[in-house]
Amino acid sequence: MLLAAIGLLLFLLPLAGLVVKAPWSQVGPALGAPETASALGLSLLCSLCATAAALVLGIPLALLLSRTSGTLRRLLRALTTLPMVLPPVVGGVALLLAFGRRGLVGSLLYQAFGVQIPFTTTAAVMAETFVAMPFLVIAVEAGMRSLDHRYEEAARALGASSWTVFSRVTLPLLRPAIFSGAVLCWARALGEFGATITFAGNFPGRTQTVPIAVYIALESNPDSAIVLSLILLAVSIAVLVGMRDRWLGAP
Amino acid sequence: MTRRLMPLLVVVSMAACGAPATSGCASANCGVLPSPTSLTVFAAASLQPAFDSIGQRLKAQQNITVTFSYAGSQTLSAQLGQGAPADVFASADTAHMTQVSDAGLVAEGWPRTFAHNRLEIAVERGNPKGIHSLADLSRSGLVVVLADPSVPAGKYAAQVLAAAHVTVHAASLEPQVTGVLSKVALGEADAGIVYVSDVVTSGKVDGVAIPDDQNVSADYPIAVLKSATDADAATRFADFVISADGQTILKAAGFQGA
Repeated sequence: MLLAAIGLLLFLLPLAGLVVKAPWSQVGPALGAPETASALGLSLLCSLCATAAALVLGIPLALLLSRTSGTLRRLLRALTTLPMVLPPVVGGVALLLAFGRRGLVGSLLYQAFGVQIPFTTTAAVMAETFVAMPFLVIAVEAGMRSLDHRYEEAARALGASSWTVFSRVTLPLLRPAIFSGAVLCWARALGEFGATITFAGNFPGRTQTVPIAVYIALESNPDSAIVLSLILLAVSIAVLVGMRDRWLGAP
Repeated sequence: MTRRLMPLLVVVSMAACGAPATSGCASANCGVLPSPTSLTVFAAASLQPAFDSIGQRLKAQQNITVTFSYAGSQTLSAQLGQGAPADVFASADTAHMTQVSDAGLVAEGWPRTFAHNRLEIAVERGNPKGIHSLADLSRSGLVVVLADPSVPAGKYAAQVLAAAHVTVHAASLEPQVTGVLSKVALGEADAGIVYVSDVVTSGKVDGVAIPDDQNVSADYPIAVLKSATDADAATRFADFVISADGQTILKAAGFQGA
């Protein structure tokens, strides 16, 4: 009980510090400032796009993972969870070396089409997807593993095609796992800083997400940084509290 | 570990030395301290190559081990304001040094200016995009990276561009001038505005000079902090930076003398 209380305090105290020490009189004007709106809007846009990309790519990947076994599965799982272990800035450097103008793939894109990925909003979305997708893959893979496969077998026995089985039986059964994985993924993408600032850089309105804006503001204008942090906190709490238990599959 | 040994080291060195602190010790050959001393120096990112050399020199000649923390001056002054422990602070502009001294953190008799730096355009080796002046930076299709205006280098760059009436659409505003340099060195940016010292010590980029009448001269102040655990060693470090030997190292790194 005591340990649980200490754990709770560890989460509660920093948040309390943020709320109590905030310059509340400046929240109003800060909310109206164009830089705040642009950073917040960009953060929401990028994190939602990253989550969408993670869903499109991550669910099939989780399916693949759950169907392999042995060494192959261990290797694949290590690969998909690597971004979680890698420090975000290292992830950013790796993305630069793969997709930058002189990168493995990026150089081909640049020379053939003149396409440059770093310093664009696309780069910010890619960075966020890179660090956040593992959360979705892990959650969905766990969900798949705990599925009762008899439903799928029954559907197949009744003549349903693979796609029908997947879309009408598997996916609906996986909905809680997909949903909780997506929320984790979105939350991680929203808070991403290191990979984004290294790969996408920092420019207001294009790549300056709220975490980057807070970092820059912290040194020159701490009050504005605290206000930005509060706003992001409020948005995050609203989403997390607004989620219903039954969407997450809790009994 | 160093922090726990500090009080012991201070007592031992004070007992062993006996003599009062040799202030105004201008050359590197003033009395070697009998026991090793440690210092923490917060220095602007652009000072890294020069200060690393100075640190090695002091280790060899005076047995002072210096641990450097390099970052944008705005980062360091904010950290000092929040109580980060350091012995010496060297900033890339007077504004952030003033912030630190206004907070009452600077020791008596400091800060002092120890160097100047000018700005230069950094371009990829061989200057493949043919950039020859500030005006060229506004060419469309060019990827130009600058330091964020909250960083001294970014502030100076904005001043220089405004005075030359050049509008640059930066691809990114980096939180440290060394970030600008690395983007150019990595080939991700075609050009960036950095300090002359950055180009000199990098070896991976070429520089395009900005004429003096368009350029700014950045003043670099250094100060011993009140929180210095060993004020004598801190003063020796700062004095060395200002001394002839220190100035030689700084000039070799592309800075202009005090």
